[in-house]
Amino acid sequence: MKIDEKRIRELTKLSWEMRLELLDMFSYGKAHHFGGSLSCMEIISALYFYKMNFKKDNYKALERDRFIMSKGHSVPAQYVGLSMLGIIPHDELKTIKKIGSRLQGHPDVLKTPGIEAPTGSLGQGLSYANGIALAAKEDKINMNIFVMIGDGELQEGQVWEAAMTTSSHKLTNVCVIIDRNKFQSQGNVDELKKISPLDEKFQAFGWETVSIDGHDIKQICNALDLVSPGREKPLAIIADTVKGKGISFMENTYKYHNYSMSKEEYESAREELVEHITNMKKD
Amino acid sequence: MDATRDGLGIALKDLSEKDPDIFVLDCDLGRSTRAYAITEVNENRFIEMGIAEQDMISTASGMTSMGKTVFVNSFAVFVTGRCFDQIRQQVALPKANVKICGSSAGLTQGYDGATHQSIVDVAIMRSLPNFNIVVPADPNQAVKVIKEAAVIDGPFYIRLSRYNTGNFIDENLEYEFGKAQEIVKGEKVAIIGTGPILKNCVAAQQELADKGIKVGLYNFHTIKPIDEDKVKEIVNSYEHIVTVEEHNVIGGLGTAVSDVVAGLDNSYSHSQVTKIGVQDCFGESGGPEELLKKYNLDAKSIVRQIKDLL
Repeated sequence: MKIDEKRIRELTKLSWEMRLELLDMFSYGKAHHFGGSLSCMEIISALYFYKMNFKKDNYKALERDRFIMSKGHSVPAQYVGLSMLGIIPHDELKTIKKIGSRLQGHPDVLKTPGIEAPTGSLGQGLSYANGIALAAKEDKINMNIFVMIGDGELQEGQVWEAAMTTSSHKLTNVCVIIDRNKFQSQGNVDELKKISPLDEKFQAFGWETVSIDGHDIKQICNALDLVSPGREKPLAIIADTVKGKGISFMENTYKYHNYSMSKEEYESAREELVEHITNMKKD
Repeated sequence: MDATRDGLGIALKDLSEKDPDIFVLDCDLGRSTRAYAITEVNENRFIEMGIAEQDMISTASGMTSMGKTVFVNSFAVFVTGRCFDQIRQQVALPKANVKICGSSAGLTQGYDGATHQSIVDVAIMRSLPNFNIVVPADPNQAVKVIKEAAVIDGPFYIRLSRYNTGNFIDENLEYEFGKAQEIVKGEKVAIIGTGPILKNCVAAQQELADKGIKVGLYNFHTIKPIDEDKVKEIVNSYEHIVTVEEHNVIGGLGTAVSDVVAGLDNSYSHSQVTKIGVQDCFGESGGPEELLKKYNLDAKSIVRQIKDLL
């Protein structure tokens, strides 16, 4: 399946509309994980609305594709995607992190429909995905499991234990997507604890890698299409992204990893996103 | 003579013959934990995870999301402590159907020394919501405990041992998860024990009986949920409760029993709880019997400590 230009434009626009939804969900006066949620929007829209067999009418089916947000603090971006799929009611987004809400600060499989794995404490999503793949292999179920891992998260040793498991067991229906936004909570990833070079590391662990622009829908979809039956090795997509993408004062800095906006900042960010979306509609 | 770990191999073989969804993961200790026995029935049901306990726990949780019942195995010291966070987030919190089997638990792990002797595993696992904890006393009981754990949905910690006690619990004594077993009724003092160390409790009870001191003896194979009704019954029938465990006295069986006793209202008579166990220190290398003697867990030491109470 090759994605056409019209679909690329639609999904690109959708990603920006999702950013606006995210902003309105977060609103102002309470801290939220902005940076890493904004950086992975195009990847989420490409997964949910292009690649995955995952819809409102099959999201509980055993053979559905799975998306695991291993960098669990970015689950708000997933909530927006799930609401656009109709799995979470749109009105419910505003309840995020409120007492009694189904939308927890980090992914909760028991509370939230469409959430596939308990994550938040970092480094555990790929192992969990391998478990799904091992069971699917035994039961001869054809399905794909996509795992989004933060670049800072790669400092967790368990990721590499799991990377060995994926390749050792030839779980080629497992695909890792690295949200390479280059910033973690306290600063620049490679300055705090160097994780580069990512492609060589994953290759050494028995993976094939592809490096893409993580905000380019066409490149994302083409990379995701490499995940298909008959692969020799699991695929790691290294998606170069901008932390805080779309809200200019938040871009390319660690400071908005978890941040409480003022009303003025919220209004200015909203204006910026609305303007961007309006301009896209003119195109 | 066999140990409770041998019961694991027997139980897993039986379970896997009847249930296609039973799987076993192990971290390069499959022949020691006896989990490898499942390969005699079906090789595919055994998945070698390499020396990577954290990866094993999370992988197991992922498998349960596909409807599998997954037994994970390693030494008790590693499979609880090394991967506590994975257990907390991906097993306890989502109530995953993972059965964590901690092998070679307690001081009787023996010669490998303090690094390998698990004396805090029950304390760690008791602290987690949604977990059930069972400690079979002998190999036959281990088979029953493990088969029962397999059919109860949700997280289990199954504490197993390499201490070769052989079978010593009366087979006619009914096993039911969550229900303590009365081995013998007594007067004044009730011993509440758990796991293979119960064999020494049996010997202590008999030695005391020979001297005319009739103590009661109870097997608390289930530590969580603790059998509160049985504890209350014991409180009403005895003056002293003595708990015996091959574990630190902080956080294990003794604490679980004390928690119940501390919460009783004035309608219950006052009962003193004495905790026999590892007295908040680490072990060392040595033979199992030598270690139990040195750390006051052999039958003679148990007898001495009970006599001191009277």
